[in-house]
Amino acid sequence: MLKQIEGSRAVAEAVALCRPDVICAYPISPQTHIVEGLGEMVKAGAIAPCEFINVESEFAAMSVAIGASAAGARSYTATASQGLLFMVEAVYNASGLGLPIVMTVANRAIGAPINIWNDHSDAVSQRDSGWLQLFAETNQEAADLHIQAFRIAEELSLPVMVCMDGFILTHAYERVDLPTQEMVDAFLPPYAPRQVLDPGEPVTIGTMVGPEAFTEVRYLAHEKQRQALELMPAVAAEFRAAFGRDSGGLVRGYRLDDAETVVIAMGSVLGTLKDTVDELRDAGVNIGVLGVVSFRPFPSAAVRAALQSVRRLVVLEKYFALGSGGVLAADVQMALGKNGGEIYSVIAGLGGRPITKKSLRGLLEMAVRDELVQLTFLDLDRTLVAKQLARERQTRRSGPAAESILRDVHGTMARNEGKKS
Amino acid sequence: MSFQPVKFYQTGTFTVGNRLLAPEQRSVQAATSRRNSLNSGHRACQGCGEALGARYAIDAAMEATGNRMVVVNATGCLEVFSTPYPETSWQIPWIHSLFGNAPAVATGVAAALKVKRLKGLLGDVRVVAQGGDGGTTDIGFGCLSGMFERNDDVFYICYDNGGYMNTGVQRSSATPPAARTATTEAVGPTPGHAFGQGKFVPAIAMAHDIPYVATATVADLRDLEYKVRKAMTFRGARYLHILVPCPLGWGAASKDTLRIARLAKETGVFPVFEAESGELTGSSKIRHVLPVEEYLRPQKRFAHLFGPKPDVAAIARLQALANRNIRKYRLLDEEAL
Ligand SMILES: Cc1ncc(C[n+]2csc(CCOP(=O)(O)OP(=O)(O)O)c2C)c(N)n1
Ligand code: SF4
Ligand SMILES: [Mg+2]
Repeated sequence: MLKQIEGSRAVAEAVALCRPDVICAYPISPQTHIVEGLGEMVKAGAIAPCEFINVESEFAAMSVAIGASAAGARSYTATASQGLLFMVEAVYNASGLGLPIVMTVANRAIGAPINIWNDHSDAVSQRDSGWLQLFAETNQEAADLHIQAFRIAEELSLPVMVCMDGFILTHAYERVDLPTQEMVDAFLPPYAPRQVLDPGEPVTIGTMVGPEAFTEVRYLAHEKQRQALELMPAVAAEFRAAFGRDSGGLVRGYRLDDAETVVIAMGSVLGTLKDTVDELRDAGVNIGVLGVVSFRPFPSAAVRAALQSVRRLVVLEKYFALGSGGVLAADVQMALGKNGGEIYSVIAGLGGRPITKKSLRGLLEMAVRDELVQLTFLDLDRTLVAKQLARERQTRRSGPAAESILRDVHGTMARNEGKKS
Repeated sequence: MSFQPVKFYQTGTFTVGNRLLAPEQRSVQAATSRRNSLNSGHRACQGCGEALGARYAIDAAMEATGNRMVVVNATGCLEVFSTPYPETSWQIPWIHSLFGNAPAVATGVAAALKVKRLKGLLGDVRVVAQGGDGGTTDIGFGCLSGMFERNDDVFYICYDNGGYMNTGVQRSSATPPAARTATTEAVGPTPGHAFGQGKFVPAIAMAHDIPYVATATVADLRDLEYKVRKAMTFRGARYLHILVPCPLGWGAASKDTLRIARLAKETGVFPVFEAESGELTGSSKIRHVLPVEEYLRPQKRFAHLFGPKPDVAAIARLQALANRNIRKYRLLDEEAL
């Protein structure tokens, strides 16, 4: 059914359609509307039987989900940013134990400095946690990915993170087509766990493993991720057949035919990128976009296949590894090997900074002329940075950096205001 | 209370001879139907109070639930010594997740079992969570309090050996004052653990007004089993705190585990009581009050109190704490007072 609906609400309704048994809730922006929506539905009896548990922390949220999943319940939670970091030990534990929990991450920056706005720092920090990580481009895809996520998770006995951009998607009202219960029931069978705590057949779960088998256990976890690479396109195809739309899969190309330059990105920025690429195509530039849906496992072969005759790549990501550089860029580079052509790594949209079409156009025009440096920070205010660096050189007790920069920013703004009036 | 009105104690002990009791009064441990939930072959030290306490408690819970239960275990000695896979000592569905999350994992298990019951997929299956004092009173305390506060249907057992034993005997918030641990060494002007620190989680559990809170020691099997059985008659959050001497960490002889546990009770160092909905409902009375020295002396962790120059002041402070327990938890018969 078509609805004009908030992204969070769409996800809550999609999760409800998956008939979760246990939902753990803890508030953090920009995820909170999702669990609020689900809580209301459970309280009203719209999802039943279902246990909605208001836990005391995200660490408990993931731990409750672990217990519930191990006891054979379809388990769900949602978080973001500091909340994801607060549960990290349990995040790794859930995948290590092979428990098919589904979790929404409403992507948000990580502090300090504390920042509630969107980037991908939270999810990408968990790239090695053993969870599958899917990034939604639109609210429609966010809703659809949850339905697919339970299928994939339960088939592989692995947890899945569905990542959607905080505020940009979670708080945006747009049209979403939500399927009927019958359609979802036909697509998603009841949870049949591979391992379960059952007095009828007692098992021991979560023992210590030493050097004699740890490598093999980890290798198997890696092999599972490889299996996911095969399963995800199959599930997406089945989804298309059942629901009549393209959602999910590994990667999605846009205007890749004869493209010499390709921009690679994840999440909602793909929309702006496509618009920008349309404009550049109109201006005669051979350029396309490759959206990565599955960040983990990283679909190296699919990326390679999509970029066969491309001369240069611009990898645009809302995260970077401090002291190193782009993370998606490194994955792409690994996937392409020596024959990959030029790869420009671009960091953009940190802590909610808007990624505008104007900035993107300027950036891509430079890329096409091969004028980009290896690592670009889009719209970085170099004057501000230089000022702070100078301050630190001059004064030992230069004070807290974030606060100094804010003072500079607002001081400048105030002066500009003054000039205007 | 659990005490038998019978007087058939074996000579020199407080143990009631099973032979003298009717079959239905005998302990679970003495029954042929005992499950051996924690089976032999595990790797605990000789005389480990925690191994003993866990076997007593889990067997009793199994009996109370007709073997329909799941156990969640925190990281710690009990978890490590019981599951050197491919060997496992557990004859029950058992899961270990992390050090600090056993109460929350148990909440999840309970929620799942409830949903399955409502769906008609499963009968009634109960949940027991367990951990050491470090896992319970320190790192898992947030999850424990959350589980209590929501009154989740979980029976939580803390095996208190007064320290982080699995990592080599470090101080926890359940380490008693003056005790030597690897992080409260018996050196300097105030050797051993500081006075005025630590917390007594049974009292905090009571402050949550949960249906049932009790303490026990491994020395009194019948009382321990009674409390487990009683806990399983309630729904909601329940807490049992069992004192389990650790020969390795306490520097005590393996053969003295029960003796020391009994001395902890008989000196008032460890109050044995039960409470319902936040109210004290009964305490195990001390038969013959003994001075705390009797409890302290056999343990090397307190050896610095008894050198050539005994630390009279510290011993007096420990005695004062025991006396306070005796008053607060009414550990003496009114008549004896
Ligand atoms: C998050 C985390 N921190 C620290 C540890 C290391 N650790 C494992 S067991 C343990 C001590 C357990 O103490 P306690 O809970 O009292 O159980 P005991 O071994 O004394 O029975 C510690 C510190 C861990 N496994 N996880
Ligand atoms: S160190 Fe203590 S608690 Fe651990 S197994 Fe040995 S006796 Fe038991
Ligand atoms: Mg301990």
